[in-house]
Amino acid sequence: MNSIPLTHILFVSTALFFIGMYGLFTRRNLITMLMSIELILNSVNINFVAFNKYMYPDKLNGVFFSLFIITVAAAEAAVAIAIIINLYRSHRSIDVEDTTEMKY
Amino acid sequence: MSTDFFILMKQELIITVIIFILLLLKIGTDLSNETFMNLTNGLLLLNLVAGFVGNRSGMLFDDMFFTNPLIVLEKNILSLGTLIVSLQSADWLKKHEHVPEFYVLLLCTLLGMFFMISAGNLLLFYVGLELSGIPVAALANFDLAKKKSSEAAMKFIISSAFASGLLLFGISLVYGATGTLTFSELATHINAAPLLIFAFVLLLAGFGFKISVVPFHLWTADVYEGAPVAVTSWLSVISKGSVLFVFVSVLYTVFKPLASTWYNMLFVLSVLTILTGNLFAMRQNNLKRFLAFSSIAQIGFILVGITGSSQLASASVVYFVLVYVFSNLAAFGVVALVSAVTGREQVSDYKGFYKTNPVLSWVLTIALFSLAGVPPTAGFFGKFFLLLSGAEKGNYLLITIAALNMILSFYYYLRIVKAIFMDTNEQPIERLHIPVYPRLAMIICVTGIIVTGLAGYVYDYIHSLSIGL
Repeated sequence: MNSIPLTHILFVSTALFFIGMYGLFTRRNLITMLMSIELILNSVNINFVAFNKYMYPDKLNGVFFSLFIITVAAAEAAVAIAIIINLYRSHRSIDVEDTTEMKY
Repeated sequence: MSTDFFILMKQELIITVIIFILLLLKIGTDLSNETFMNLTNGLLLLNLVAGFVGNRSGMLFDDMFFTNPLIVLEKNILSLGTLIVSLQSADWLKKHEHVPEFYVLLLCTLLGMFFMISAGNLLLFYVGLELSGIPVAALANFDLAKKKSSEAAMKFIISSAFASGLLLFGISLVYGATGTLTFSELATHINAAPLLIFAFVLLLAGFGFKISVVPFHLWTADVYEGAPVAVTSWLSVISKGSVLFVFVSVLYTVFKPLASTWYNMLFVLSVLTILTGNLFAMRQNNLKRFLAFSSIAQIGFILVGITGSSQLASASVVYFVLVYVFSNLAAFGVVALVSAVTGREQVSDYKGFYKTNPVLSWVLTIALFSLAGVPPTAGFFGKFFLLLSGAEKGNYLLITIAALNMILSFYYYLRIVKAIFMDTNEQPIERLHIPVYPRLAMIICVTGIIVTGLAGYVYDYIHSLSIGL
């Protein structure tokens, strides 16, 4: 059953983590930046579930942690999107290059 | 067993009950802002008093939640800070149309901090951290019509979400390497394996974002400037204080085996933090932005104290946070009042402030002296203990840099004092009436600055509760 080695899964999750980080630093649209953060959180989920299944299958610590991450990420996204909508109302744009009220 | 639950989780339960009372009042009744604020301040005072009686130490839920006298004291410091912030925000809130929401969000973050401080498991710690982080983003946006406010909230939520992403990746690697999430078990499993050091660096980055240590401080100034003053003072004192408490206990218990590694990391970070905070504070003209950079410099001094890793170190951090609550909230109290009435926040606006508002000038001056560390005030003793505990390790380079930076910081704190007392201004801020609640908050703060410095038993009490590495 465990025909896929753990290292393969860890490779996927680490790649996902850095893709998310790259997206966060290069994208200028707030919704896309939020999606990048979701990528980071999902890479963490993969990590937890993989570690739990392959290395510590007698307890369900990791699976529960990933359930909590999914829930909290949903709450975070809800607040972030509300803030972005409000930002759009005041700035007429959701591009971070346009939010330049405060500098230095 | 069931009474244990009520006694050990007393402070969390009280906050939860207050949140529910406020929510139901908001839905069911049509109270005026004035009544609502009186009621909430009363409940917060009750919460503070209740925090001091009938405490016990113990564990709950299979080591998930634990409490001891030091943790109770830390929670009481946060409750006191909440009460002061709530009193100070009265003037700004009374014209706002969403007063109940403000208090519900504020108390939700306080509840999150309580759970975070009491956490004995990385899962509860993470949930508490998020509960104390997400509502603050909504609070930062509370001046709904202002452009700056929504920009600050956006910057805060993106950077805090990224920080918790880093923190979580670190936690997942710790879990992978050790197979447990409980603090007490982790302490025996952690070793200097490269994977665990990498995980620790990620955790440190996550913590660094929350307390704005220098390479991760970029959100601080913008969020502080844009958010409403009450929320800024909340962020700079309560939010940072709670994360600092957890940071110290995590470093000293969970990451004990990596002590030599994190000592070097904290050494570099503290020097960077103090220097950057000081240098940027010098060139600020907006008072809120100025206080943001001064708070970054203060965090650097706290890191110097943390490197000491003895009983003295852990005591000095808690003591400094207590002093910092009083001094920073006194400074923000004056800024909040002036900004709520006149809308002016520049340093140049404060020229000749003494001629029109002698009382407010003295409060601000005492607060700034305490932040700078001038002897009769508590800030001096706070910084003295921090440097003393840092010196215990014998790293005199670090202590010399910190002490020289203390002198550097006098320049920009005294620049404000000079503007208040010596400079003249064509259009000074008019004579302000100080309403009851802000006046009460200022009295608490100024008394706190003087009493915690002069009454030695405050420090002795904290010292007797603390444990070192």
